[in-house]
Amino acid sequence: MGQSQPPSQSMTLSEKIIAKAAGLDSVKPGDIVTCAVDVAMMHDSSGPRRAGKMLDELGVPIWDKDKLVVITDHYTNDEDPNSVEIQKITHAWVAEKQLPHFLPEQGICHVVLPENGFLKPGLFCVGGDSHSTTAGAFGAFMVGIGATELASVLATGEIWVRVPETLRLDVSGCLSEGVAAKDVILKLCGDIGIMGANYMVVEYGGEAVKAMTIDERMTLTNMAAELGGKTGIIAPDETTAQWLAATAASGVDIKTWQGDADAPVAKTISMDGTAISPQVAAPSNPENAADVSEHAGTPVGQAYIGACTGAKLDDLRMAAAIVNGRTKATGTRFFVAPGSNRIRDAAADEGTLKILEDAGATILPTGCGGCIGLGPARLEENMTGISSTNRNFVGRAGEKSSKLYLGSAYSVAAAAITGEITDPREFL
Amino acid sequence: MSDSNGTGRAWVYGDNIDTDQLAPIHSYKNMEAEEGCKFCLEPLDPNFASAVKIGDIFVAGNNMGIGSSREQAPLHLKLLGIRAVLAKSFARIFYRNTLNFGVPALVCAEVDRINTGDELRVDALKGRIENLNTGETLECEPLPDHLMAMIADGGLMPHLKNKLQRE
Repeated sequence: MGQSQPPSQSMTLSEKIIAKAAGLDSVKPGDIVTCAVDVAMMHDSSGPRRAGKMLDELGVPIWDKDKLVVITDHYTNDEDPNSVEIQKITHAWVAEKQLPHFLPEQGICHVVLPENGFLKPGLFCVGGDSHSTTAGAFGAFMVGIGATELASVLATGEIWVRVPETLRLDVSGCLSEGVAAKDVILKLCGDIGIMGANYMVVEYGGEAVKAMTIDERMTLTNMAAELGGKTGIIAPDETTAQWLAATAASGVDIKTWQGDADAPVAKTISMDGTAISPQVAAPSNPENAADVSEHAGTPVGQAYIGACTGAKLDDLRMAAAIVNGRTKATGTRFFVAPGSNRIRDAAADEGTLKILEDAGATILPTGCGGCIGLGPARLEENMTGISSTNRNFVGRAGEKSSKLYLGSAYSVAAAAITGEITDPREFL
Repeated sequence: MSDSNGTGRAWVYGDNIDTDQLAPIHSYKNMEAEEGCKFCLEPLDPNFASAVKIGDIFVAGNNMGIGSSREQAPLHLKLLGIRAVLAKSFARIFYRNTLNFGVPALVCAEVDRINTGDELRVDALKGRIENLNTGETLECEPLPDHLMAMIADGGLMPHLKNKLQRE
């Protein structure tokens, strides 16, 4: 790993990773190439019960068990017969194949995968989930695929890719207090729309991004999916190296895996970080993003902090900063589902969890849960909610008559306290 | 199920038809796709799944299939008999998932010239759509060769099976 040949032309980081995975000196946007997969991730929804079944029908072995990671997170919150059956299928398949990397009920796949050291700069990865884009926060190139395609990867270790054009987002300056990566990405959704980066890779950079923690960077890359992007990516730096040093990842190389400064990109968007206000996306599309002031006063029956994009340790800390010493509004449900058990434990150790509980938050088990309309945070008939998740399509988070606003953990926590959409800066 | 080439009635919808509409969570968590497809598009058009006929053609605007990687979204359409999906543009995972099931996903800039109920003749390999109601011929972007070959085999799994048998 990490021994790339000097490129014969200027390339972006994504192009360098694709070229390495395709065994080529260079690639350019539009090329269709076949890439060798470094890591394949699958979860309990599209994994063993669908991709696994198809692989078994094909009757061939898994190309490289050491490169496959199976995680359960989708149907781990309910005890209904279907959820139980899916867990059974998942466990039985993993046991039968004797897979070395199985992480059941430890958290949401996009959080658990890096926590366990499976990601690092330069890797070409696929995941059976659309938010696999999250891995770009670690300088890896990871795309979401469906179960059939996953079965094909399991059989062959390869996948065809059209080399994407690059959309670069440069965020200058530094974000104001009470403003988070979620606000940056919602603003971009609002500015360029839900297909503003269709088929492209979104590369995030600039001073404000460099200053971000890994947790915050993950929010940006996660929601490249809400721009239609093939994936998102951020050049690895010392922050990346330090974060990965605490994991099992070995051979982390942040020097090799950098884009060339003169590599051409299709489009660059510049944003002034200091000028960004808290954003909320109105129902039922993330592109309905606007300054929080435009929706202030809208009553909410539920505030939910959860999902791969919105329940990392930093998100929990943001929520705690808002609710510290305050109590949730009567008549508004307030749920927090940490992104992983490790995050929950860290939040408990440092006292963050207690602040949230004291404010009236119900701490739910980790998992996809409320984001996909499962578990106690499922939105009820005609209920309006605000959540730190990434999608608010009709019926996604509950009944089709429900309505969902998206915002940062700051904004969700502020709404939990007042019972209506509120500018979180009032509490800081 | 239906051949990718041939005629069928058009079902025309707008932009951003998302996977939560095509495959609401209960329809793929709690049942097999053969049952789940009855809930396809339920939040948007509760009439669709019961009224669609084998060989019909799904027509959408921009960003068809945005959202999740859940491939029950195109699988439901396939099981309901949809012969081909035409759109101004596709969300990328849905695009691949649809083709992987052997259902042509064709990018056609001129879908506005199609109305629900129009009888269409789709030639996926030539990338051509004939609107038999208006007499117009609409061009689609050609599929790359490797995807043509996959469609001709009936999708990714049969394509892979053939490939493995040859090796």
